[in-house]
Amino acid sequence: MRHMACDVLVIGSGPAGLAAAAQARRSGAGCVLVIERSPEPGGILPQCIHNGFGVRVFGSDLTGPEYAGRWAEDALAAGAEIVTDTMVLAVEPGPAAVAVGPKGGLTRITAGALVLAMGCRERPRGALAIPGSRPAGVYTAGTAQRLVNVEGYMPGSRFAILGSGDIGMIMARRLTIEGAQVVGMFEILPYISGLRRNLVQCVRDFDIPLHLCTTVTEVVGSERVEAVVTSQVDDRWRPIPGTERAWPCDTLLLSVGLIPENELSRMAGVAIDPVTGGPIVDERMATSVPGVFAAGNVVHVYDLVDDVTESALRAGRFAAAYARQGEDAPGRRVRVVAGANVHHVVPHHVHLDRLAEEAIPLQLRVREPVEEAVRAQVRAGGKVLLSRRQRYVRPSEMVTLTLEPQHATALDGVEAIEVVVVA
Amino acid sequence: MEPFGGGDAPQYDVVVVGAGVVGSMIARALSRYALRILLVDKASDVGEGTTKANTAIVHAGYDAKPGSLKARLNLAGNAMFDTLCAELEVDFDRCGTYVVALTDDDLRTLDDLYRRGRENGVPDMAIVPGEALRAAEPGVNASTVGALWARSGGIVDPFGLCIAAAENAVMNGTTVALDTEVTGFLREGDAPDGRIAGVITDRGVVRSRWVVIAAGLWADDLMHAAGLDGFTITPRKGEYFVLDKAAADAVRTVLFPCPTPVSKGILVTRTIHGNVMLGPNAVDVGAKDDLRTTADGLDEVLAGALGLVPSLNPRHVIRTFAGLRATGSTGDFVIEAPREAPGLVVLAGIESPGLTASPAIAEYVVDLLREEGLPLDPRADYDPRRPAPPRVAHLSPEEHAALIAQDPRYGHVVCRCETVTEGEIVAAMHRPIPARTYDALKRRTRLGSGRCQGGFDLPLVLGIMARELGVSPLELTKRGGASRLVQRGTKDVPSRGTKDVSNRGTTEVPA
Repeated sequence: MRHMACDVLVIGSGPAGLAAAAQARRSGAGCVLVIERSPEPGGILPQCIHNGFGVRVFGSDLTGPEYAGRWAEDALAAGAEIVTDTMVLAVEPGPAAVAVGPKGGLTRITAGALVLAMGCRERPRGALAIPGSRPAGVYTAGTAQRLVNVEGYMPGSRFAILGSGDIGMIMARRLTIEGAQVVGMFEILPYISGLRRNLVQCVRDFDIPLHLCTTVTEVVGSERVEAVVTSQVDDRWRPIPGTERAWPCDTLLLSVGLIPENELSRMAGVAIDPVTGGPIVDERMATSVPGVFAAGNVVHVYDLVDDVTESALRAGRFAAAYARQGEDAPGRRVRVVAGANVHHVVPHHVHLDRLAEEAIPLQLRVREPVEEAVRAQVRAGGKVLLSRRQRYVRPSEMVTLTLEPQHATALDGVEAIEVVVVA
Repeated sequence: MEPFGGGDAPQYDVVVVGAGVVGSMIARALSRYALRILLVDKASDVGEGTTKANTAIVHAGYDAKPGSLKARLNLAGNAMFDTLCAELEVDFDRCGTYVVALTDDDLRTLDDLYRRGRENGVPDMAIVPGEALRAAEPGVNASTVGALWARSGGIVDPFGLCIAAAENAVMNGTTVALDTEVTGFLREGDAPDGRIAGVITDRGVVRSRWVVIAAGLWADDLMHAAGLDGFTITPRKGEYFVLDKAAADAVRTVLFPCPTPVSKGILVTRTIHGNVMLGPNAVDVGAKDDLRTTADGLDEVLAGALGLVPSLNPRHVIRTFAGLRATGSTGDFVIEAPREAPGLVVLAGIESPGLTASPAIAEYVVDLLREEGLPLDPRADYDPRRPAPPRVAHLSPEEHAALIAQDPRYGHVVCRCETVTEGEIVAAMHRPIPARTYDALKRRTRLGSGRCQGGFDLPLVLGIMARELGVSPLELTKRGGASRLVQRGTKDVPSRGTKDVSNRGTTEVPA
């Protein structure tokens, strides 16, 4: 087995990994290595050929491959090295990683600091235990996206789509453009789970029939999917007998959620938040293991790539600092707790000394949508620290509240701050 | 050798119909002798019937009625597993099994099982107190009052065993014909009551001195086609959950509930691959291809499993499936050379413990054929060993590095959840029984069997399969037949005038 050493090791070259690597170099890290399992950098972006990337970060509306290309060039220009066709098999505290590739063989890489940027994966059919047969023609939306946009193959011609995640909506449009028919998109919740803009641009503009409070209760077909049966559900998501309806189709796409990919993080001993499925992090994107940082969808699933990039810039900056100086002593920290109608907040901890110096964004997702004006608030010690009016809140659209340095003094003696969304 | 369309002389000494674990074991056992053997199956791979969808347990042997063929062959088969799995390099763990008693009534059932086990000759059994089971299996229901422990029970890779047996048979000269359905029998002199002289298939006729029916669920249909009436098989469905390896702490061995008259009950077991499996229930169904899972069935399985291990987390479920038991009308295994159809050996009603019994069933069939006068001359070059192809996930870093040095494709990880490399996929496609479908690859390599269930690997595997088979990805299937994985190239739109980009639906606007 070969041995290598670097200052900052980044696992994954999606938007998170590339931005973290570029920023780590610019923050003074010497050797920055990015390990990518695919032949090209970009993670999932090369298959995301639709636009909508980088509106905030670059001020222009890019496609996924363009956005990946810009960051890959930036990371290389900053002096990071991207190693493709290589998969990290294991991560150890220390930190170190074991990677494998057809060219390099097995390599153990020790690093001054590590950035976890493995992204997320899609929930498969099995996780939903959809009854019925198990024919060919059941794919996650992202797998279908890769087949269509990268491999150049249509998985079918008549599609049913379960779930209304962003990839599902985008694929509904994509498949329609490619000459397929989408017989319906079925969402168990009373609202869509993806972005509003995708509902408008992908579902409504392409006449995709959307059925809310409806789920797939049977997959039919012996060899290939022949139909799906849907049922309406009650307020506890139980199928309502008598509402069954068969939809002839040859393919079922699933767009039913993304799961942060943290098998390597667990190997490294990183503490995982059961709510987000990702590492518990502080404002540096530092995990519970010294020298191990996390960025992007591995922490919690973002809806916009711009937010992924911004989280990675923080991770890259502080990973470089850690690699240079070892564990710094950031002083006292407060916990950030999800309160009323807040599903989760990232980061989980904020150091007061850092807050005194710079603004720190808190990113939250609500539990329930509210289609009227509400207030998103940060509270501490019985006081409202920060309050922002939101015209509406939806679980699919992340809300950012930014703590400013002037809030630091108000947190003296406070153990935790609470983030709430209230009327 | 091309098995079909030969002349009048028998091309084979034995045709084995059905390449499940039983048929494959029979072919392997017969391949010790100087015989021309053909193993046929209507599916695209070996082990596509009950073999691929069962509980994967090597049973100790206390369930079957004393004196039955099931009891005898269960015991004999169980005793063969260490040698068998060593020869075939198949994953097997004699981890022991428990029958869990939750009530005092259950304790009486344990006594009955123990007595029956003693009568059947099961070694190393004990009735242990609840505390002992809780110490061995911390996840078990806290109200457990005792358990029947059977040291000789274990877990095995059932498809791996079938594939290995069939491959070993091929290595010893057996011919395998897949995608070949036997529809009837040839008779000597074309007389309706003549000796069986071969099989009629959808790909032509095959002449053979002996025909062995090892067709699982379809054994009765073939018996009827051979003029043997009376026996029927009722498909009895069992549904299962497979849990992520993250749930592996839930169970270390095999936990059975106390059995019911129709089944051994819904159990919680570790699998040989490190997952946890829950199931099966038992529901008689009408069709031999009804492998549908049902909401009620899955609820029943989950409730049953939670009764044994209350801490199981449904969020760990990665897969559900159903299998069918070939439940025969006599209640026991039927293995005979019926007088009414000379030249035929029939195996029917091989339900649980069929997997455990399979190597002993094969020996039983060999003995039966010998008694019936088939000359069995040992082959000098017979080799019982089937070296397994490398599994990267099981290698040390040094071994893995050495393998990559030989073939860099073993450094290209294609399935990340189970760490399966391109090298392993290519190897599986060039074995004595080559994998030609996605599911065949899955059973051989563990590809797509992990928590993402193939979401990541499938597009990559399509390319590898197409290259190795020399076909377009459009021809690739999940498991043969019409189970194609992709339908057309993106720009190959059937031209029918102007394309109307519309789904002609009404969008229901969210409230």
